[in-house]
Amino acid sequence: MSDLNQKMAAKYQNNFLKEIEEQAEMGEWVKMCMQCGLCSGSCPTNFQAGWDHPPQELFMMIRAGKRDEVLKSNSMWMCTSCYNCYVRCPRKVPVTHVMHGIAEYAYRIGQSPKNQPTQHLSKTFWDNCTKTGRVNEVKLTQSLYFKDGIGSGIKKAMEMQSVALGLVKAKRLNLLEAVGIAHKCKDIKGIHAMLAKANELEAKRKAEKAEA
Amino acid sequence: MARKEYAFYPGCSSQKGASASNYLTSVESMCKTLDIKMTEIPDWNCCGASVSYAESGELPRIAMNARNFALAEENLPGQDIVATCAACWLGSRESKERLEHNSGLMADTQLALKEAGLQIKVIPEIKHMVEVLIEDLGYDELKKPVKKPLNGMKFAGYVGCQTNRPFGISGESFENPMYLDKLIETVGGEAVPYDQKVTCCGGALAFSEPEKAQAQIKDIIEAAYDGGAEMIVTPCPLCQANVEVYQGSINKKYGTKFDIPVLYYSQLMTLAYGGSAKEAALDGNVVRARKLEEFAGK
Repeated sequence: MSDLNQKMAAKYQNNFLKEIEEQAEMGEWVKMCMQCGLCSGSCPTNFQAGWDHPPQELFMMIRAGKRDEVLKSNSMWMCTSCYNCYVRCPRKVPVTHVMHGIAEYAYRIGQSPKNQPTQHLSKTFWDNCTKTGRVNEVKLTQSLYFKDGIGSGIKKAMEMQSVALGLVKAKRLNLLEAVGIAHKCKDIKGIHAMLAKANELEAKRKAEKAEA
Repeated sequence: MARKEYAFYPGCSSQKGASASNYLTSVESMCKTLDIKMTEIPDWNCCGASVSYAESGELPRIAMNARNFALAEENLPGQDIVATCAACWLGSRESKERLEHNSGLMADTQLALKEAGLQIKVIPEIKHMVEVLIEDLGYDELKKPVKKPLNGMKFAGYVGCQTNRPFGISGESFENPMYLDKLIETVGGEAVPYDQKVTCCGGALAFSEPEKAQAQIKDIIEAAYDGGAEMIVTPCPLCQANVEVYQGSINKKYGTKFDIPVLYYSQLMTLAYGGSAKEAALDGNVVRARKLEEFAGK
């Protein structure tokens, strides 16, 4: 167990709903759910294998105090950010944002599933776009393919070769980006200073919440 | 002076050599005909997209968007921000909404911006290019410059998610928005019945969980064929790329024979306004739109 996780578990004892309400972004909405299931029926990934719990089930599990099952679930990471649940919810729960919020909290306290591919993409994407202020699509793709090592990376790259070739031919993939010849912001220094401050304030907010 | 002027936020994917560079080329051609002046926000940055949620945290993500607001306000005062990418539009609008409703968040954002020598006074309005077309100009104005209507061509109008939800286009329903069909008809094409109009293409999961995304993409393409479409049209860069570039992989996996071009509305409009294949960036389509290439050459 990570320190932060232990601390949170101790702080909230058996009141997991309160923990989510106070610690997860948009978590205060969970209690508004009336269990109609419209979110689950609207989710495009619900119809595919590998989904532990649809949103309304997760919300009930939070109320029932099933802390480990919720935090370790892969369900939140299945979100495609399509906002179908969000616009259909009769109680106006911003389900998409709640799912992101629970996922982020589980990740922050070290309880989210290891090697979850969309979790990896989330980190990779943010690191990529904040490095120079703009996305380097080639480096992003490379770091996704090679996340499980060189062997599997080469295999994935080979499988995707025809997709890449098509894009290169259409001038929509610039291989020079691989060596850093790519679009960048001019004031990278300013962006990094701004983000350092934002990260500092964000950490402070979260620490205050944890101590409150 | 141009009829309309905007602060343009093209987004990462629309840059030269990036995955939606053909979107930018065709938007520029379309705007030239419509006498819309788009001035790029100097040194704009990435919106962070939706998928960065786990790593970014709320404030850093909003600070990134706020930087664009401050740069637009400082350099292009009084102009609305226009995004062509669904994710840029959504990220900006969501940030604007949260900043305007949460003074604590706004105060912290200003502290972060100060480190980059910037500040926000008033956040500009944020529009999608489609809103500029149908709200600021209107279908009648869009129809006037049509020189070569796309008569007899059948399109499936694929609206997708983030241009439609959660904000959407004013007056349109989330379940069956009609604006894209109307745009197709405005330039003389036929919008076929299309029951996967607002289905998700998988978004970022096309990278992280390709099997899941491709299963969704398969349904989206199948329904276009079922409706009798020859081509798919979309307003979103990620929808365009996902539905276009994985057709080969889907064919291999499912034994289908998909080979359907996926275009931007701006490409259709450029062609109907008499633009060349080059101006419509038809060479930027991986699945070539042969019928439109011939049409442009006539």
